[in-house]
Amino acid sequence: MSDTLHPSLADRIARLTGQHPFLCYQCGKCSAGCPVRAFTELAPNRVVRLVQLGFDKEALQAPSAWLCAGCMTCTTRCPKGFDLAGFMDCVRQIGRQENVPLPEKKIRRFHEAFLRQVERFGRAFELGLVAEYKMASGDLMQDVDMAPAMVLKGKLGFFPHRVNNPAAIRRLFQRVAEAERK
Amino acid sequence: MTTYQDDHPQPLMKHPTMTIGYYPGCSLKGTAKEYDRSLRAILGALGVELREIEDWNCCGASSAHAVSRLLATALPARNINLAAAQNYGEILAPCAACYNRLVAAKREIEQHAAVRQSVEYVLEEPFRPGVEIRNLIEFFERIGTETIAAAVRRPLQGLSAACYYGCLLVRPPEITRFDDAETPSSMERIVQATGAKTVEWRFKTECCGAAHSIARKDIVLDLSRQILDDARASGADLIVVACPMCHSNLDMRQASMRVRNGGRRSVPVVYLSELVGYALGFDARTLGLDLHFIDPAPALAKVQGKEVPA
Repeated sequence: MSDTLHPSLADRIARLTGQHPFLCYQCGKCSAGCPVRAFTELAPNRVVRLVQLGFDKEALQAPSAWLCAGCMTCTTRCPKGFDLAGFMDCVRQIGRQENVPLPEKKIRRFHEAFLRQVERFGRAFELGLVAEYKMASGDLMQDVDMAPAMVLKGKLGFFPHRVNNPAAIRRLFQRVAEAERK
Repeated sequence: MTTYQDDHPQPLMKHPTMTIGYYPGCSLKGTAKEYDRSLRAILGALGVELREIEDWNCCGASSAHAVSRLLATALPARNINLAAAQNYGEILAPCAACYNRLVAAKREIEQHAAVRQSVEYVLEEPFRPGVEIRNLIEFFERIGTETIAAAVRRPLQGLSAACYYGCLLVRPPEITRFDDAETPSSMERIVQATGAKTVEWRFKTECCGAAHSIARKDIVLDLSRQILDDARASGADLIVVACPMCHSNLDMRQASMRVRNGGRRSVPVVYLSELVGYALGFDARTLGLDLHFIDPAPALAKVQGKEVPA
């Protein structure tokens, strides 16, 4: 099947998470409790089904994994003990490594902007995050209505909080990248 | 090392002070500063000392695990190691997302040798096990509901509260090992110790949409609105939370919800530490109750309990 990756997405997820997607017997309990089910065409159990059937690229390109809010309801309720939220994380992670067009650009830009703040300062800097996200996503009007009230209440800090030695955090990020290349 | 002294005139409790490592997390330094402020204010009155963990870093929250499993484990692990090196046996992580990431990282490292090995490669030092991680409710349970009840100076009789847990305090239960994942009740016991009544409602563990607040506001508005609607229907005067993400989604976005779905009565959303602090007799400003988008003052004016002299 041309859509199947080599090694297959199912095997890669099994190796990375320690849980094989074939554990899932498609009862649909995850999808019944999923809060973002209404916002996506493809319910969580159907993303697992795509992976089981070898439609790897379809699974990576579906918005479902990126829309996952990480609420853990599916993982908590799965009668087979399958960590579906961990599966969704893994689909996102592998999607970023593969050369396929990915969905939900704004969500991806948000996560990237968040982590760049952490890499730079060791802590998330909310104002910097929003500014960086706006530049990357083109979503310039995002929450401008709330900004004046937040400034008045002193909730929008103008200066980043940093760790004592930001270089140590940058090194941590580098070593994560090195370990993942191995 | 920063030490938070209480600004309460007299210590109310005479038992020996506990010292706990404090992991405020990034939100409590910004949008959730009233959460931090209320916690610092009430500690002395409850006989607890918190010291901020020196040089803590961001836990990576909801973004790191979207990108890298190892990064999502290594960032919290660095904080656990810092706490151990600074001799803390336990950490308070008042943000539910930080709490969840710290506990998840700890379990994963302790249960999987391969994960531990990768994390130690990244941190360039051995992982230090044995540090306990507590959320705000566990922290109050540790202090004890009797201690809290005995310290109450302004009983909250007449107030009815909907306790909202959201996702990350209780799920998944194998990780958090805290309360019942579907029908938790520990926050209710803390709130009842203040004299307030708690309501039964259906949405206490439903998701508010969390980090999609920025990139997919539409999702957050719909999910959070359903939570607020159910709290209203239950007859609650206010919602009590223990998570800065839940708080900002439920409190700051009510005006946008009205634009999207029409007029509805606004519902104040307060942190558990603020509600306890209010019952202990602290004034609203000290607790940061004036920093919310929906003013909780009208709801708090319903309190009928007589003040207890110190």
